[in-house]
Amino acid sequence: MTKAKQVQYLIIGNSAGGIGAVEAIREVDKAGAITIISDEPHPAYSRPLIAEYLAEGRPLESMLYRRADFYEKNEIQTLLGSRVERLDLGEQAVVMESGERVEWHKLLLATGGTPIVPPMEGSDLKGVFTFTALDDAKGIDQFLSGFEKTTPRALVIGGGLIGVSATQALEERGVAVCIVEMRDRVLNMILDEEASALEEEALKKAGVEIITDHTVAKIVGDSDGVVAEAILDDGRSVPCELVIVAIGVRPRTELVTGTEIEVNRGIVVDLQMATSVPDVYACGDVAEAYDFVYGENRLSPIWPNAYVGGRIAGFNMAGHPCDYPGGTAMNSSNYFGVDIVSAGLVMPPDDTYEVLSNQCDEYYRKVLLKDGLVVGLVFAGDIEKSGIIYNLMKDKVQVETFKQSLVADDFGLISLPEEIWRSHLEMPPAVD
Amino acid sequence: MTKKIYIKEAVCIGCHLCHVYCQQHRSQSKDLIKAFKKEPFPPVSGVRMEEKGPVAFSVRCQQCEDSPCVSACLTGALSRDGESGLVDVDLERCVGCWTCMLVCPFGAIKRDSRQSKMVKCDLCQGEDEPVCVVNCPNEALVCAESDGSPDDSEGKG
Ligand SMILES: Cc1cc2nc3c(=O)[nH]c(=O)nc-3n(C[C@H](O)[C@H](O)[C@H](O)COP(=O)(O)OP(=O)(O)OC[C@H]3O[C@@H](n4cnc5c(N)ncnc54)[C@H](O)[C@@H]3O)c2cc1C
Repeated sequence: MTKAKQVQYLIIGNSAGGIGAVEAIREVDKAGAITIISDEPHPAYSRPLIAEYLAEGRPLESMLYRRADFYEKNEIQTLLGSRVERLDLGEQAVVMESGERVEWHKLLLATGGTPIVPPMEGSDLKGVFTFTALDDAKGIDQFLSGFEKTTPRALVIGGGLIGVSATQALEERGVAVCIVEMRDRVLNMILDEEASALEEEALKKAGVEIITDHTVAKIVGDSDGVVAEAILDDGRSVPCELVIVAIGVRPRTELVTGTEIEVNRGIVVDLQMATSVPDVYACGDVAEAYDFVYGENRLSPIWPNAYVGGRIAGFNMAGHPCDYPGGTAMNSSNYFGVDIVSAGLVMPPDDTYEVLSNQCDEYYRKVLLKDGLVVGLVFAGDIEKSGIIYNLMKDKVQVETFKQSLVADDFGLISLPEEIWRSHLEMPPAVD
Repeated sequence: MTKKIYIKEAVCIGCHLCHVYCQQHRSQSKDLIKAFKKEPFPPVSGVRMEEKGPVAFSVRCQQCEDSPCVSACLTGALSRDGESGLVDVDLERCVGCWTCMLVCPFGAIKRDSRQSKMVKCDLCQGEDEPVCVVNCPNEALVCAESDGSPDDSEGKG
């Protein structure tokens, strides 16, 4: 048996969370051996950009999250294209698919999410894809290149962020797309009704067909085993050659099932991003970390939270205690030319919440309050000052006395109490 | 040491010249009249004016030490230089997803919607002093080192 490899820090997952962690570790520990593992064969790339890859063949080099020399410069060993098969927590080791063992002092689980594919007849046909990794985009690209004379038609199951993102890429490729969304509107998880309506209008204008309140019952293939049509739950047939399953992503917790590591919907972590097992940390899409709007642990599968959570994990792993400030759901998009941002709650859960809104031709703004604190926002059109509101929410600033200005036409820093903008923008009194 | 531009609200009269000169600086011709009248796409200024009654000041990127925009950037286009503290954008890698905008406490990031790129103050790299500071008739803008005290940046995270 070959001798097990030993490292100070082992990171599983070479994406937003993993990179955040290694950057933090290297800020405070220049020497400790770091290995980062991923079953994807690529250096860390911006996952959201797989849509640009599909749309315009954006080369991998311009999708890289960090410069090509990142690993070398930071003395990080990589095991790419290798899957961790299981954890051996007792021995502080992981076992690779190849049988190789890697021993660690500190472990980070930044394993992200897995696309949900419901059991459905026909989901194994040629032409059915998910859309969460570069290799998915490559697969779709290759599949599309197989069509020489005809233009294929696509059915996207799920009108969430990933579905709409895939739709935009396909439309740019000249593929006609039909979105089937189970609920009554697209982007219903991240937008309110008004903003969803703006997005739907833009989608339809671009020629996208949207079927809401329905789902796909089965996919039917032709004699070569290639997708030919989808049958909806009401029996309707939608002819298509390509199906993208984009109904959601769930935490990729396979490595921790059956271990002592506490899992709820995701791996439960404390404010140091530590799991219930000593020396094991988690962050990103796989973790259930603190959400500052809800005041409790929650999944918030977005890129910035993965990166920040990764940094906090990294500092703690390297012996520099610090707390995660918390994250919350937050999204920004410009699909089909509509700029929309949202954060926190987008719909009031009950009538104890106050809703302020303002809609005109140029913009739509909505802010949700609870007890004088901002708990959510949706901005569309002119979104440049949305960050000011986001930070009032994050910093839990009492806005009762100036709340009406938050959605006003001339809203700005100047609308806030004077001491807030003065302390930020003016030179602090000289100190020595 | 991080440099940044501070305002002196007491002497700002809201003349907008900071905004105008920033736009000129970002234009192709670098000529005031041409930039505004002739260039097919007027450049986007990195400065925003705010005014209410007699109170006026301009807002631009504060080169925050904890730079939430850098942490939020989906593509790695934004970075903060360890030495100068300058928050810089690699426009090749910016795809205009606007995530930076959503987390900026100052609302200091602007959109170049035509090119789908973010626009922010870079303290006029290559110039001795930022053009807005040089051209402010009332010396209401100061480019100075910040001591990195908590007042200078949003709470560390
Ligand atoms: C199309 C698309 C668009 C998106 N758009 C946005 C957006 O606009 N804004 C936003 O904030 N977020 C967006 N997201 C979400 C964002 O990409 C994720 O939140 C982010 O990637 C999470 O990072 P992570 O590090 O937690 O995990 P991931 O990026 O999922 O990375 C985890 C890595 O770990 C690897 N791995 C897992 N298990 C193992 C194992 N056992 N062995 C080896 N390797 C393993 C995986 O293969 C993967 O490479 C988008 C996602 C997609 C797919």
